[in-house]
Amino acid sequence: MLDHAWIIPLIPVVSFFLILFFGKRFPSKGASIGCVALGICFALSLVLGAQWIGRDKTIEPLHHATAQQVRAAESGRASSAQGGEAGGEKVEMKRAPVVHETTWFQTGGIKIKAGVLIDGLSVALLVVVSTISLLVHIFSTEYLRDDRRKTHYFAALSLFTSGMFILVTSSNTLQMIFGWELMGLCSFMLIGHWWEDKNNSNAALKAFFTTRTGDIGLLVGISMLFGLAHNTFDIGRINSLAMSGRLDQGLLTVAAAALLLAVIGKSAQFPLHTWLPDAMAGPTPVSALIHAATMVVAGVFLISRLYGVFWQGFHIGTANGFTPVAIVGGVTIIIAAALAFVQSDIKKVLAYSTVSQLGYMVMALGVGGWTAAVFHLFTHAFFKACLFLGAGSVAHSGSHHSFDMKEDMGGLKKHMPITYATFVIASLALAGIIPFAGFWSKDEILVSAHANGYNTFLWVGLVGALMTAAYMTRCIYLTFHGEARGAAAHHHPHESPLPITGPLVFLAVLSVVAGFVQAPMLHIEAFANIVEPAYVSSVVNHSGFNGGLALAGLIAAFAGIGIAGGYYFRNLGPRGLTSRNGAARAGYTFLVNKYYLDDIYTDGVVGSIKGPIARAAYWINQNVIDGVLNGAAALAIMLGRFTYDIVDQRIVDGAVNGLGLSAEAGGGALRTVQTGKVQQYAAILFGALIVFAVALWRFAK
Amino acid sequence: MNDILVHWGLSLAIFLPIAGAALLLLIPKENELFIKQVALATTIVTAAVGVWLLVKFDYKHTGRLQFPVNKSWIEIINSRYHIGIDGLSLPLLALSMFICILCVIYSWDHFPEPHNPKAFLALILLLETGMNGTFIAQDLILFFVFFELVLLPMYFMIGVWGGVNRQYASIKFFLFTLFGSALMILGFLALYFRAGHTFDIPTLIDNASRMLPHNSEVWIFAALFMGFAIKVPMFPFHTWLPDAHTEAPTVGSVILAAILLKLGTYGFVRIALPILPDAAHTWAPWIGLLAVIGIIYGALGCLAQRDLKRLIAFSSVAHMGFVMLGIATLTSFGINAAIFGMVAHGLITGMLFFTAGSIGERYGTREMSRLGGLLIQAPKLGWILGFCCMASLGLPGLAGFWGEFPAILSAFNPANGLSVTTFRVYMVVASIGTVLAAGYLLWMFQRVAFGEPKEEFAHEHIHDVHGPEWLAWTPMLVLILVLGVFPGLMFKITDGAVSNIAHALAVVGR
Amino acid sequence: MVLNWFLFLAAVLFCTGVYGVLARKNGVLVLMSVELILNAVNLNLVAFGAFNQTVTGQIFALFVIAIAAAEVGVGLAIVLLIYRNRQSVDLTGIDALKG
Repeated sequence: MLDHAWIIPLIPVVSFFLILFFGKRFPSKGASIGCVALGICFALSLVLGAQWIGRDKTIEPLHHATAQQVRAAESGRASSAQGGEAGGEKVEMKRAPVVHETTWFQTGGIKIKAGVLIDGLSVALLVVVSTISLLVHIFSTEYLRDDRRKTHYFAALSLFTSGMFILVTSSNTLQMIFGWELMGLCSFMLIGHWWEDKNNSNAALKAFFTTRTGDIGLLVGISMLFGLAHNTFDIGRINSLAMSGRLDQGLLTVAAAALLLAVIGKSAQFPLHTWLPDAMAGPTPVSALIHAATMVVAGVFLISRLYGVFWQGFHIGTANGFTPVAIVGGVTIIIAAALAFVQSDIKKVLAYSTVSQLGYMVMALGVGGWTAAVFHLFTHAFFKACLFLGAGSVAHSGSHHSFDMKEDMGGLKKHMPITYATFVIASLALAGIIPFAGFWSKDEILVSAHANGYNTFLWVGLVGALMTAAYMTRCIYLTFHGEARGAAAHHHPHESPLPITGPLVFLAVLSVVAGFVQAPMLHIEAFANIVEPAYVSSVVNHSGFNGGLALAGLIAAFAGIGIAGGYYFRNLGPRGLTSRNGAARAGYTFLVNKYYLDDIYTDGVVGSIKGPIARAAYWINQNVIDGVLNGAAALAIMLGRFTYDIVDQRIVDGAVNGLGLSAEAGGGALRTVQTGKVQQYAAILFGALIVFAVALWRFAK
Repeated sequence: MNDILVHWGLSLAIFLPIAGAALLLLIPKENELFIKQVALATTIVTAAVGVWLLVKFDYKHTGRLQFPVNKSWIEIINSRYHIGIDGLSLPLLALSMFICILCVIYSWDHFPEPHNPKAFLALILLLETGMNGTFIAQDLILFFVFFELVLLPMYFMIGVWGGVNRQYASIKFFLFTLFGSALMILGFLALYFRAGHTFDIPTLIDNASRMLPHNSEVWIFAALFMGFAIKVPMFPFHTWLPDAHTEAPTVGSVILAAILLKLGTYGFVRIALPILPDAAHTWAPWIGLLAVIGIIYGALGCLAQRDLKRLIAFSSVAHMGFVMLGIATLTSFGINAAIFGMVAHGLITGMLFFTAGSIGERYGTREMSRLGGLLIQAPKLGWILGFCCMASLGLPGLAGFWGEFPAILSAFNPANGLSVTTFRVYMVVASIGTVLAAGYLLWMFQRVAFGEPKEEFAHEHIHDVHGPEWLAWTPMLVLILVLGVFPGLMFKITDGAVSNIAHALAVVGR
Repeated sequence: MVLNWFLFLAAVLFCTGVYGVLARKNGVLVLMSVELILNAVNLNLVAFGAFNQTVTGQIFALFVIAIAAAEVGVGLAIVLLIYRNRQSVDLTGIDALKG
């Protein structure tokens, strides 16, 4: 399987075309094709994962290990299999990535390759994505059972999954753009799935534009890396060149910054996070797949994949407590978590939570915690998908397709026990309570921040943990506890059927156990061992378990639960603060309006480009450029008139006429000579003769 | 048979359509079906010749002139009937033949008013002769003749079958391009007199940079630039384009966008760059500047439009900006991208005009504020429009991407002798253009296709895509996808020819 | 031989002829004056011929006499026709070619 991994991205592509062209003929409208295809992908990914784990470790995580060395090591695998310890010093061996490439096309004398790169990172992502995608497919068969465009939906879901597969398995940056943009397209289609409603299509457009704005950075960054790395898209080569420090440092930093912009767009980081909550307009399973587990982590994946570029470009190893990546992530954690408190839409709470958690991952990457970030990506995918699907389950069977916690939910605990239980488990995982998955990954992030000297971000992480726990408590209370309100009271809430609860339970189990693959406390470092590639482990350090930090994280989480629980469950604390206190009200309004970022973007940036700027450009076009042109034409016509009236009619024609006239006048004058009298003629003749004779006589001499 | 085609194949490609047009004129006007059949047969036979050329083309030596014919023509000025194709011309020639068939098929029951299939089809065939001839000619005078030949049919097409404002548009189109041509022929004459009394393009490539002082090169390049840039069209010479497109009948717009605009860019790559590489270096930063201005400016212009067709017309300005940016880098990477961009733009924008024409025909308006809910009333048409929008905004996996991204990429490292900083700024600006492209296209798509149909059309029956449309569109849609996934199909053809040019340019750049 | 005398005579004859042509009104007299001019020329031709010891002059003179005969013939015919039409040979009244 390691050598034929290209099959995995191909399967959903085939399934996409099958569903698109033949889906309508199936009783399931194509859903079954998608489920079967993803089932195969899931199985293959697991096989791939097993084979990867079983692969011999062959290469040492050297500094500046070049791609050639990697490949050479791969070819000489058998010979170098021995030797885990060299020269008394412990040298950790790594599995060599499996790269299979073929020439895609050639232009300008440069061979552009297409290929598959399988290493720990891509294997981990493949497993996560195929798992979530399969569950979402199954969930959707029930959730969108009678949808009017079920076929389109499943086709887009397949294509989307293939986009993510292409991204994570690509061996070069060009191919990454493919997967990246393919997901952008599919998210556009899926968010705008119910495009009859203008809000939905607006959300789809917003998502596409915003990520596309980030893609400026992607195009520029990848172009720059292509040029810097001497005309290659090869990821291994780019990383090793970047790590070697032989590239122009200034340009490398610019390239990394450009790529960071792409990450900000795709992974919904501050300040381009605004599209993600709006993207909740799509069907809920889509939110689970796209806006929790896969597409939005593409940005995180980009950083981890091109970590050499970011490491060197931003001096992550040697920075004094701050790197742009970490700042972006850290700011995002706090501001998104704050927004999650004021949402009344359950999906928006989860959306801001996702933004905030993505902030954790980006921050972890920014502080040198590569493994922590990827690990958090791994665990977060499970519990966040579980939460989203849980919200979908609530809307599907509990609140009559409403997502409003304040109006249409409450007291659903007794009606939907499975949904409730899974939701709580996933929430605990998200909040970072031991022993759920989120605890281990969040702890890993905090440890990395601390160990690498990024103490500011350690505090940010702790505050974020507190806020996370608090808003999730609020969310659970509003949804499942208290009085039943609105639709939850009137529409006979009941538990969802198996296609919905099945995935929920499965994900809940994963939310519990997924963390144990990397639990330094228990001396398990399997995840780092399996996933971490050589180019990363050569630079990042592993600090192991830190009991104090684990405790601090737990205290923060419990504090959050305690505060929110006290406020909601026990009815403690001040009530109606916003109506009494001006500052509180101002803060609340500020949060409800999402820091006015949307207004700035929609009205300020987009509005001005679409409105005044575009109109001005067009006005210039019509009036200045075209005006010059029409002016020139008018001038030409005027000139023509002038030429005709004055030059042609008066001067040229005048000259011709004048010639005629003067000829006539001359003739008139001369006719008087013509008397008709022979003798006069003769007289003239003789006169002339005499003149000639005299002249001859005078001048002939 | 083979021999005949080797020697006559290209000439057939040029003159079959005009012969067909002549034949059309002999058929009585009432015999409409026969007229259509003859026109279709002509384009198909021409394309068959084209397919044969594609088959026989030696893909190992794409840089070499193939199927050459070099006969004396106008002795007195040493202008010869010199024709031949290499990797540069082949894709565009194939595109031209291909589009012409599809245009005839599409016209089958879409003839614009006033109804006169005979004249309309004859003009299409005449256009085909001009376009094919331009791509095949290897002699400047021959090139010029064909280059100008396309003007007249297009003028009549817009002027006779155009919209309300057709008089203005057609005259603007005609005069504008003719103005450029006048300067261009001046440039040709200057080349003739200063570089060895010949109009032969390959000979001039050898002669010109050797015989011309830098100063004259620069001036001659400027003259050629005007001729080609107006045709492309580059900012600020583009204003004829939106008018011409908006007023032209659908097929006219398609041909205009798909092929006529390429005559300009082709002229740069075929004539201006290789003959005057030195001047190309002098002018490249300015061309690049105009190109990126065009990218941003065209996009902004799009955002201000209310008319569907006018929007697409403005998008051409932006897309051709990418093509010109690729050319301005003077690298083989960039020029390859430019040629890819030409073909991709031909297919994609051609398709967009087809769909816009069909939408306008069905609703009787192209005003975007009055449209809506196309996906409900004619879902297939709507999805095709969406597909084309995605292709047009440069989505990877579709043809448009390979015109845009490599152009951006090549701007990072322009040819030796060009200012790296300048072109890197262009790179960033061009990338911003891609976002704006997504903006105007999706915004257009949202207004036209999403939502519910507007009240005035809510109860009207809107036909979905029908027979001739499927026939005409499917090949283009498939090609957009295939070229998007396998760009090597095109790059393989162009790369050899382009590397010749790039080599000539690199020699100067040192 | 003294050439001058011949030339004098010829000049006198010529001048008389010119006077006749320009001043007389009678068409017949004008014709006769023309004859005088021609004969003045003849005289010169013969005189120079003799002076130069050649016969060229005499041959020329013979041609002139022959032509003059024809000319007088035509001229008299014209005068006759004019007379027939107008009952006069006064040349002053004849200006049909006036511009």
